[in-house]
This record gives sequence, structure tokens and C-alpha cells, in this order.
Amino acid sequence: MSIFDAEAFQSRHIGPSPADAQAMLQTIGASSLESLIDEAIPARIRLRKALALPDGLPEAEFLAALRHTAARNQLFKSYLGLGYYDCVTPSVILRNVLENPGWYTPYTPYQAEIAQGRLEGLLNFQTMVSDLTGMPVANASLLDEATAGAEAMTLLHRVQTKRIDRVGGTAKFFVASSCFPQTIDVLQARAQPLGIELIIGDPDTVEFTDKVFGALLQTPDEAGVVHDYRACIARAKAAGVFVAVASDLLSLTLLTPPGEWGADVVCGNSQRFGVPMGYGGPHAAFFATLDSHVRQAPGRIIGVSVDAQGHTAYRMSLQTREQHIRREKATSNICTAQALLANMAGFYACYHGPTGLTAIARRVRAHARLLEQQLTGLGFTEHNRQYFDTLRIGGVDPEALKRVALAHRLNFRYRDDGTVNIALDETTTRADVSAIVAVFAEVAGRKGTMTPPGQVDVTYPAALARTSTFLTHPVFNAHHSESEMMRYIRSLERKDIGLGASMIPLGSCTMKLNAASEMLPVTWPEFSKPHPFVPVDQMQGYQQIFAELEHALCEVTGFAAVSLQPNSGAQGEFAGLMVIRAYHLDRGDVERDVVLIPASAHGTNPASAVMAGMRVVVVASTKDGNIDVDDLRAKAHEHKARLSCLMVTYPSTHGVFEESIQDICAIVHECGGQVYMDGANMNAQVGLTSPAVIGADVCHINLHKTFAIPHGGGGPGMGPIGVATHLVPYLPGHPVVATGGVRAIAAIAAAPWSSANILLISYAYMKMLGGAGMTEATRYAILNANYIKSRLEQHYPVLYTRANGRVAHEMIFDLRQLKQASGIEETDVAKRLMDYGFHAPTVSFPVAGTLMVEPTESEPRAELDRFCDAMIAIRQEIQAVIDGTADPKDNVLKHAPHTAAVVASDTWTHGYSREQAAYPLPFVRANKLWPAVGRIDNPYGDRNLVCACPPLSDYQ
Amino acid sequence: MAYPAGLKYTKDHEWIEPAGGHGKVGITDYAQQQLGDVVYLELPEVGTRLKAGQSFGTIESVKAVSELYAPVAGEVIEVNTALKDKPEAINAHPHENWMIVLRFADASEIDALLDSTQYDDLVK
Repeated sequence: MSIFDAEAFQSRHIGPSPADAQAMLQTIGASSLESLIDEAIPARIRLRKALALPDGLPEAEFLAALRHTAARNQLFKSYLGLGYYDCVTPSVILRNVLENPGWYTPYTPYQAEIAQGRLEGLLNFQTMVSDLTGMPVANASLLDEATAGAEAMTLLHRVQTKRIDRVGGTAKFFVASSCFPQTIDVLQARAQPLGIELIIGDPDTVEFTDKVFGALLQTPDEAGVVHDYRACIARAKAAGVFVAVASDLLSLTLLTPPGEWGADVVCGNSQRFGVPMGYGGPHAAFFATLDSHVRQAPGRIIGVSVDAQGHTAYRMSLQTREQHIRREKATSNICTAQALLANMAGFYACYHGPTGLTAIARRVRAHARLLEQQLTGLGFTEHNRQYFDTLRIGGVDPEALKRVALAHRLNFRYRDDGTVNIALDETTTRADVSAIVAVFAEVAGRKGTMTPPGQVDVTYPAALARTSTFLTHPVFNAHHSESEMMRYIRSLERKDIGLGASMIPLGSCTMKLNAASEMLPVTWPEFSKPHPFVPVDQMQGYQQIFAELEHALCEVTGFAAVSLQPNSGAQGEFAGLMVIRAYHLDRGDVERDVVLIPASAHGTNPASAVMAGMRVVVVASTKDGNIDVDDLRAKAHEHKARLSCLMVTYPSTHGVFEESIQDICAIVHECGGQVYMDGANMNAQVGLTSPAVIGADVCHINLHKTFAIPHGGGGPGMGPIGVATHLVPYLPGHPVVATGGVRAIAAIAAAPWSSANILLISYAYMKMLGGAGMTEATRYAILNANYIKSRLEQHYPVLYTRANGRVAHEMIFDLRQLKQASGIEETDVAKRLMDYGFHAPTVSFPVAGTLMVEPTESEPRAELDRFCDAMIAIRQEIQAVIDGTADPKDNVLKHAPHTAAVVASDTWTHGYSREQAAYPLPFVRANKLWPAVGRIDNPYGDRNLVCACPPLSDYQ
Repeated sequence: MAYPAGLKYTKDHEWIEPAGGHGKVGITDYAQQQLGDVVYLELPEVGTRLKAGQSFGTIESVKAVSELYAPVAGEVIEVNTALKDKPEAINAHPHENWMIVLRFADASEIDALLDSTQYDDLVK
């Protein structure tokens, strides 16, 4: 570095200094970082040359350059609708939630005692969705509206198993042709592998035969028409057909909710509740259903339980439905929700309350009525008999209109039938209406002024108008001033541990730094405002970023092309498997439906395989944790004629670079199969080896792990897939915006580039670190992991390593012998770490009775030492139980975590001191993080399922 | 906990209490210990016909989910629906809280099951 160079981002992103690294290498017993890497990664899979990517840019230079790219996105006023609407993010939510690491850095709330803040926020979201849709239970969000529609279909498919078996033949699902086009396309992708036939048609005339098990309707529909589906649903119910309805939360403040019509599922997008459109996302889709279907519901559901002291406490309930436990029998492959965005939407509802939301809905509708008045006054026709915010205007030359509208920087939706949709939203003003009128007037050759508005009537006929109350819970009626709202958000934030508090050593989750410079551009209007379906030529900034990001990801993976569409790792898996399926089918290989999955795989793999219509064959592990190559060979040959692919995680879920990976991939290829690499552990590969080198054909890349997108407290995430040349033609397409391969599979997400807004974060990460910086980050991830191993291995046995004792970027500590000797379980250690101010490592994955630790490169040595000191101190606490100096039941571990209320109580009956409970090491005193609740009673919560805000009396 | 001598056991950790041509079916103490706190039961309808070893329902704890298997072939003639409302009773008294009553298709199949001593050896 010369005197003229600015500080490199690399030195900010990577935790340990070069001097720290030297000391750490001494502890590890490696002569240099390079020799440690040589010992950790088998020589034959190492990349021969450095990544061909530019050097990293200093932060300020990068941000300055990005301003120019941002300016290439032209912000037209968009009235395109289809589930995406401009909205006002209240500044108090923008600043205190979306732009606040306290909210965007935490992980999914598996450790509920230090996640009560976001769990309460998500419970608010569920209550809001439940109230507005008129349904008894809602989940804590799904990835997007289109996949929520697909999940509705598969839920109804599961609950109708008996009917489907009884009737026999091909099961059919009815989809109203007036559903959003992107929803229909995603349903196609999801229905096909499950053998479901879609019937797309008119709900008023469809015949509900025995073969039809379910239906999806939409109101307001794609054209903007508001429907009364009572009669249709009654007809369906009479025929034993279950019905899902896609809808719009804001409109439901004024309209009878589908729940009151007897719908089985109500789903949609909550984006317009204060979440920027972001050129497609991320946003929280909502999903509500009946109590009778709740065990078949997809995604996470927050529930209410009690803690050890009997106080109300929140947790994720019914996790046995989920892929990480039920694997190929899971209700869906979904892991990631959209927690950050669901929390924003929930806060939006808290801030505005039922009265405020109704006022917004009436205002939107009033502007739509005003626009209708003005346009019909100009001689145009309005086709939507009943609408909420969207008009369908006819009697205009669409080509002429488009020309004039573009000149005035307005986007309308031009329909195939020559009519034009105009969808208004919360941001629409009188001036906006006036500008639209002026454009139409110009086309009509008239003077472009508004006539004085007459009365506008925003009421609906009795059959449509909502009569039931909603959002009556105090939480939606107590935070309408900014002071109250700010304090409510802060009060929740204080209960949670994010990366702002301490390291989060979750194995397999890669909780690395989410740098402020990576996050800042997300809320720049040029990036946060665009609608996903604007003409691509208006989004040259975004398109440039996508191209550069795809190029960089190709360089990192060694693949030929990347699709940025998959909206999560799990969705990447589904997309990748569907691409493989299409490849086989295209070659006339119609029988290939067997997927080999190692026993150690993450539960999402088998769940995704089932979604893609495949049969799972499990491959055994050897006792040292590697894939049993003999078993793999035997099974690949046994299923040779039907082998579709192998799904393999690399480095393995056991945190080891397996020697035999290339042989494994070769065996699968010999048998005509493809290799799908799960990219969850990509952080150990970047710049040192690659999916292409190990022999994979396709992989997903968890941008929210390796490429710095924050976890958002349980989403968003992004899971683009990279593919080898022969699979490029099949990359997913999109029905509204042209994208994907020449023989593209149907869309697997609602928006063409899904959560485009957060792709900026990975883009920033790659641009600021550069090829060399990313490679150095990988080295330090491996250094940090091996340092923790060296410090802790004499206290806790490490389950799997390479033959030379090295681990990759994470490691598993085995607590099973300690449990036998002391009765202290892995959960007790996890909860006790909270008293030391730490989030637990991954508990009991991939091996029950263990803890898996992944430090990432971002954690400095001092923090690694604090974590190790805490783990060593806990080991001594366990030893006290073994030695009999601590009681096997009444000890610091079994009673952890200790809340302030417990420690400060006038009564203290434990056989250890308060000081031992709360301040077990000196560093804890300097930064004490008090768990908000004591140990949560999990069985109680699952046996007494409550998924909405409890009444305030429960807290007293 | 001792395994009652009057019951017969399977390697999948179900027990059956033969009484004439039928028998109550539940899961063993070992099984409930492995599962941990039971929170949910899914049981079949009366009239369901089962083969030996066929799944007749699922049992869920907070951390695991497991299939329930018919010890012998037969028809479900009674279901303990009350147990669904208090699944924790299975943890407290596994050998008393039955789930279904099976009418045996072939009573001789019972003889092939493990007795309490054999089962005790299996799970030791």
C-alpha cells in the first residue's frame, strides 16, 4: 500500500490484524497462513490461479462510484400494480428498523430467550394478518406472493390426500385466470413435478369435479377488479373443494375479508405496509389459514408459551413441521422467512393503527375515484365495475398513450386487449392524479387540466363492505406518536442479540459482518423505489449491477452462468433441481427421478427434492463423518437408469473438506447423474477452490451467508444458482420481464430478480473486497475456525477433522460424553452462553448432542478469545457438577439464562451466588446483556398453541 | 421403569396388550425417553386396516417426529382420542396410555413379538 492509497475495506472486514494472525497461527501450530490453508484443503481441489476479479475499492470510492450507477436507474412514477405498490416507509421505521443493525443482523429466533423483541414483532405481524384476512391463524411470512400461492396449493394438496386417493387419476387444481401472471407461472413450476394439473379459467363458470381438490382465486385481481367470491366458495365447499384466496391487506380494511367467506387459505404480499418495492423485493408475503390446517402450514409460526418463572414468552412453535426435522416429509422446504420485512409491516400497522390504515385505504381509493371521474369526463371508459385502487381504462390508443406517458415519465400497465391499468397507491397525490389526467388529455387532444372534482364516494355496496373490526389489540392502538413508536421499537430491539452485541457463532450460518457501506445503498431511492416490472431500459443501473454480480459469481463458482432469481437458499435448491430435471427431460431421459443425499445433509435438501418430484435415496456416512464412497457407488449403480443427481454440501456439513469429493462426483457422472452442490458452506471455498473444480454441475450460493447480506432476524436471504454450460438453457424465466435461458423453466419466484434490492449488498461486498480480498477473507475464516478449535479442543472433543487434525471454516464440539457424566445437555450450554452475553452455536445439527461453531473471518481475535473463555468457564461449571461440588439440578447451567428480575429478586434460593449467575467472567460486567425471559417451556407452547398477541392481562 | 410382563413389544418400541382377539397399543418408556416431551399425536380412524409394521399415526415431541407402527396386522376398533388432548400423559405413564385398540387379523402373530425380558435386553 502506498502513501497515496486509502484504507482498504479488507482491513475493516477481516477481524484479526496481521499481528493477531501470527499469534493465532502459533496457538494453532501452523507455520504460516498459507501452510494452514494447505493443510485444511486437499491439494488436488485447490484453484490453480487467483480469481480474475478487480482489486477492491476503498469504501468511500465505491460509494461515490455507485452514485453514478444509481443515477442510471430512471425513477419514473409507476402505476403498474400486480402486488407491488409504492408506499411511505415511516421515517421512524426506516431509521430504527430497516437501517438499524439491531434489527437486520440477528439470526432466525431459534434461541428464543434472546430474541423476544423480534418474536413480539413477528407476533404482531401474525395478528395483523389474521385480523385483516379474517383467518384464525397466520404464519410469520413467506418469501413472496407467488410462492405463497404455490404453498397454498401444496397445503390444500396435503390436506386433501384422502379425497385425491379416493378419486384417483390426476389431481387437479383450479386457478382463476385473473390471478397475477407471476403467481400462475410459479404455480406451473410447482404443480408439474407433483403431478398436479392446473385448470386455469373463470371462477364463475368452473365446474368443481371430483378430480379438483382445491382452487386459488384473487381479489382485487390482476386487472384491479374487486370480487365477491361468496357464491363461488360456497359452490366449491359443497363439492368438497378447498379454496385459497390471494388478496391485498390494505384493501381488506374496507372490504369483507375472504376469511368471512369461508376461505381455507388467504395469502398475498404485505409490501405496501411500509416496505420499499426495491425492484422486486425483499418483502414479506403473508399466509393465513384455518386452525384445522395449521399443522400442514408452511413456514415459521410464532407462538406464545411461558418461561421458567411462568411469565409470558414467545418462541417458534410447531417446528416439527419444518424441513430441519421432518426432512422429506416436511410441509415445505422453506427455511428463510422475511422476518425483517414482516417486522416492518407489523410496525407500520402499529404506527397507523386500524383508524390510520383505514384512512390510507380511503385516501388511495378516493384518488382512484377522482381519477376515474376525470378520465371518464375526458371520454375514456373505465372497465372495472368494482375496484379498490386500480382502474382499467379503455377507449385510448395505447401506443399513443405510452409515447406521451413515457415522455412525462409515467409507467402504466398496457394490457394485451388494448386497455390500460393504472394502479394508485399511498404516495399518490392530487398532483399525481392531475399529471395522469394531463397525459390522457394530451392523447385526446384536449387541454390538460383537471375539472373541479365532484363528490367522490369511497364506500362499497353492502355485499363487499367490511363490517368486522380489526387490529383491536392494544399494541395497534398505543404507538401513534413518533416518541411512542421509537420507544416501542427500541424496547423490543434491546431484548435481542444481534451482531451489534457480540459474535454469533452459528455453524453453517456464516454470521459475518454486514458492513455499513454495504447496507447504505439499499435505501437510496434509485434502488429502493423501482417497481419490478418497469421497462428494463429505465433500470440500466440495476442491470449493470446484475451483470457485474453474475460475472463475479461465475468467476467464484467456476460456472458458465448465474440466475439471480431464487429468493432463498431453499428456493435455489428447488430451482437447481428443476433445471436438472429439465435437462434430463430434454434429452429424453424421462425416468431420472432418484436423488442421492448423504445422511449428514441439511434437512432442506430432501425437502427440496420431494418438491421437485424426486425420490430420495440416502447415502451413508462413515464413522469419521465423510460420505461412504462404497455406499454411494453401490447406490448410484443400483439406480443408474433412474439417477437424476446427487445433492452434496461442500465442505461437508461436518465442516471438513472431504478428500474424495472429486471421485464422488465422477461416480455420479458415470451413472448419468448430475451433481448439485449445496453452497451453504461456500465461505470456505471462495478463491481457494470452487464448485466447478470439485465436479459440481449446479450450485446455489447463499448470498446471506458468504456474500454479506444480513440475516434480518430470520430473512431476507437470496440463493442464486450457478450452472455449468450444458444447463444454461434451462435457467428460470419470468412471464412479465424477459429473462432466463432459451429453454427456460417456469418462474420460481414472483419477481424476475427476486429481492433485487439486497443484491446490492453482495455487489458492494464483492466490489470493496475484490478478488484478492475475498480470497483473503476465506483464509481468515479458516484461520479463525482452527484457532477456536485449538483453544477449545482440550475442553470439548471435536467430532470431525481432516486426518491431519485441521477443520475447514467450522467445527462440531461433541457434548454427549459430558451429558452422560453430568446430565448437562447441549441446550443447557446454549442457554448458559446467554448469561455470558453470547448467542449459542448451532445446537444438535448435523449431529444430535453437539454444538457447531463457525466464527467467520469478521470476528477479531479479542472476540474469539471472549467466546473461548466463556466456553472454557462453562466447561468448568460442568466439571463442578461432575465433581459433585455443584448440584445436578440446582446449578448455573440448568437454570440458565438468568434474567435481571431473577437475579435482583429479594428471594434467592439457589446453591450458587447471584454474581456467579450473572457475572461469571470479568468481561461480562463491562457489557452485560440481560436475557428478557428465563428458560422457555417449549412443550407448553406446542401443546397450547396460541399464535396471536395475547391480551395484556397475561403479562401481569 | 420396568417393562410390564403382561405386554408384548416390538423392535420399533411399541407395546401391545393382548386380550382375547384384540389388544391396546402404545409406545414404550424407552420410546418416550428418546422423543422427549410429547406434544402432538396423529391417530387413525376407527375401521382402518393395517398390515404388521404399517404406520398408523405420528407422534411429535418438541424436537422430533416419529411414525407409529402396528405391532401386528389388524383393524383399528377403538382410538384413544382423549389422549390427543393430553399427549404429555405418554411421558408420565407410557405403558398405561394406549393409543388404539387393534383387532388381530392373525392372533398367532402376537407370539412372534418380544416379551418384557427380551425387550429390556434390546434397549439396555
